[in-house]
Amino acid sequence: MHPGDFMRLLIIEDDRDATDYLVKAFREVGHVAEHAADGEDGFQLALDGGYDVLIVDRMLPKRDGLAVIGALRAKAVATPVLILSALGQVDDRVKGLRAGGDDYLAKPYAFAELLARVEALARRRGGREDTVYRVADLELDRLSHRVVRGKDEIQLQPREFRLLEYLMKHAGQVVTRTMLLENVWDYHFDPQTNVIDVHISRLRSKIDKGFAQPLLHTVRGAGYMIRDGAR
Amino acid sequence: MTALGKLLRTTAFRLTLVYLALFALFAALLLAFFALNARRLITEQITAIINAEVSGLAEQYEQGGIRRLVLIVDVRSRRPGSSLYLVATPNGEGLAGNVASLEPGTLDHTGWMETAYRRLDEPEGTEHHAFVRVSELPGGFRLLVGRDIEERQRIYDIIAVAGRWSIAVVVVLGLIGGFFVSRRVLKRVDAMTETAQTIMAGDLTGRLPVAGTGDELDRLALYVNAMLDRIEALMRGFKEVSDNVAHDLKTPLTRLRNRAEAALRNAKTDAEFRAALETVIEESDGLIRTFDALLIIARAEAGENGRGMVVFDAAEIARGVGELYEPLAEEKGLRLVVEAPGPAMIRGHRELISQALANLIDNAIKYAAPTPCSSGSATRGERPPIMVSAGVDGDRVLLTVADNGPGIPEGDRAHVVERFVRLEQSRSQPGSGLGLSLASAVAGLHHGALKLDDNAPGLKATIVLPRADAGTG
Repeated sequence: MHPGDFMRLLIIEDDRDATDYLVKAFREVGHVAEHAADGEDGFQLALDGGYDVLIVDRMLPKRDGLAVIGALRAKAVATPVLILSALGQVDDRVKGLRAGGDDYLAKPYAFAELLARVEALARRRGGREDTVYRVADLELDRLSHRVVRGKDEIQLQPREFRLLEYLMKHAGQVVTRTMLLENVWDYHFDPQTNVIDVHISRLRSKIDKGFAQPLLHTVRGAGYMIRDGAR
Repeated sequence: MTALGKLLRTTAFRLTLVYLALFALFAALLLAFFALNARRLITEQITAIINAEVSGLAEQYEQGGIRRLVLIVDVRSRRPGSSLYLVATPNGEGLAGNVASLEPGTLDHTGWMETAYRRLDEPEGTEHHAFVRVSELPGGFRLLVGRDIEERQRIYDIIAVAGRWSIAVVVVLGLIGGFFVSRRVLKRVDAMTETAQTIMAGDLTGRLPVAGTGDELDRLALYVNAMLDRIEALMRGFKEVSDNVAHDLKTPLTRLRNRAEAALRNAKTDAEFRAALETVIEESDGLIRTFDALLIIARAEAGENGRGMVVFDAAEIARGVGELYEPLAEEKGLRLVVEAPGPAMIRGHRELISQALANLIDNAIKYAAPTPCSSGSATRGERPPIMVSAGVDGDRVLLTVADNGPGIPEGDRAHVVERFVRLEQSRSQPGSGLGLSLASAVAGLHHGALKLDDNAPGLKATIVLPRADAGTG
């Protein structure tokens, strides 16, 4: 998936207000969202396929969210699933992911967070696992752990390397602070202070300082994005 | 229910009754056994004496005929305490002896029998019972030898009377004893019931009386009291929780509402509205954060999440979380040093321990003071403003965060670890302010504790956890 492409989403959620808001919000950013109000309808719609990502609430009428995911996986439907739930504890998350979910977001959430995660899931489906990531003149070699900008090799700490790797894997997409904390540090708690911002600014000073073209951008109210500013 | 009725229904009294009945039955059986045996013994003795006499007299008769027999019987009859003797002709006429009268027909059959008799030296009309043997001598003469059995009867009667009396005494004493024991037990149980009623009425400070004897009622009272202590603590905690939840959530809610109101009133341009809405979202994010922290603490306090514990290295957690916060500390001009050579294995929730440690470090960064030399290379002997360490101490693992900030006054330290209790001055600090409470709750969930010490100056917060053997898990 590339920027500009639109996604087809299915939202399985019984709260009308929340669903309407999501459908509208996704439409505003150019995606197509359909919805189902209970587990049974949602299962039938998802079976027919054609969706890029399913957004499934855990507590649904008729059929529990996790049961729907289990049934879909049993029918070899591999559409990525993001689970939405009011249950945000680590245990609940583990349970959701074990049931076949690909990502888990606790309510209440920011739409920017949901959007970023859904886009990341849709991208993952594309199966892009290159050994070398390139954004403009920045190059990251995942095998040799070498990072080069232009002609200069950049020395990064292991954690900074993983941070940059994750950002570049999702180049052109918004990556939220929580996504970074979960995927780069593997922490699922809220660090209270915005520790991530400081790590980003350190990274930025290494890859962008002294170059005319900044690559690592802050997306207000959402997170960060690496992209080729020229495009 | 009357007082007596209540007494009679007590377990102690009922037990007394059962024991009493059993004891009385036992005593009766024992006495009956004695009586029967005594009777048998006496009968055997009488039989032996009579048999000896009969065979002796029969011998005399064989040697000296009826004349000699009559002579000997006459002599024996006159001895004091003698047996009964009667020598009679074949047609029943008495020849010698000390028997005045017999039941009619006694002499008709030979062998053993019981009969009524009167002695010669006794007045007319008296009657005794005797056990006699009648035998026929060659020549048709009859010989009767017997012994009085009144004595046997007397012994029998004495035993019977003794039995009745002893059973009566046992019953009376037992009832009196049972009465007093039951009354004593009842009194204590009544006291307990009364206390329980006041507690049920809502006064949780009441405690069951303990007599100090260490008996089973005392043990029960002690355990119930311990349970009441726990319940009281939980109730107090619950009240504190609701008070603090109210405070922690209402304060930001009020702020949120004020912002929205102010925006409605004052904002003129789109940009102003936008800015106001952004702060509203920020505030609500803070609210969610506080709410999440409260939820985690509540869950940890309730001892939930018992499943899903794994064995891992706490030193690795210290390094990881320390690394996460190090740039933040540096940005504030603070040097954060991690000293965690490891391994320090513990068994628990990796995520919760990480979060607890993160909260402590976050606090330390908030309160620590930059030292003049902190930005440059470390001066020798100079303590870094923030020190994060993980280590093993015997069978415990210590996760320590030490800072050089204002610290916590000693009097407040114990207080501040209690859940949801925060110092007034810290409430005004940014963040949910639940960091210490959360760390304490998480430590408690792992059967550990959060310890606060003076770092002179500053605070030294230590999460003390039981060490896991490398083999477990």
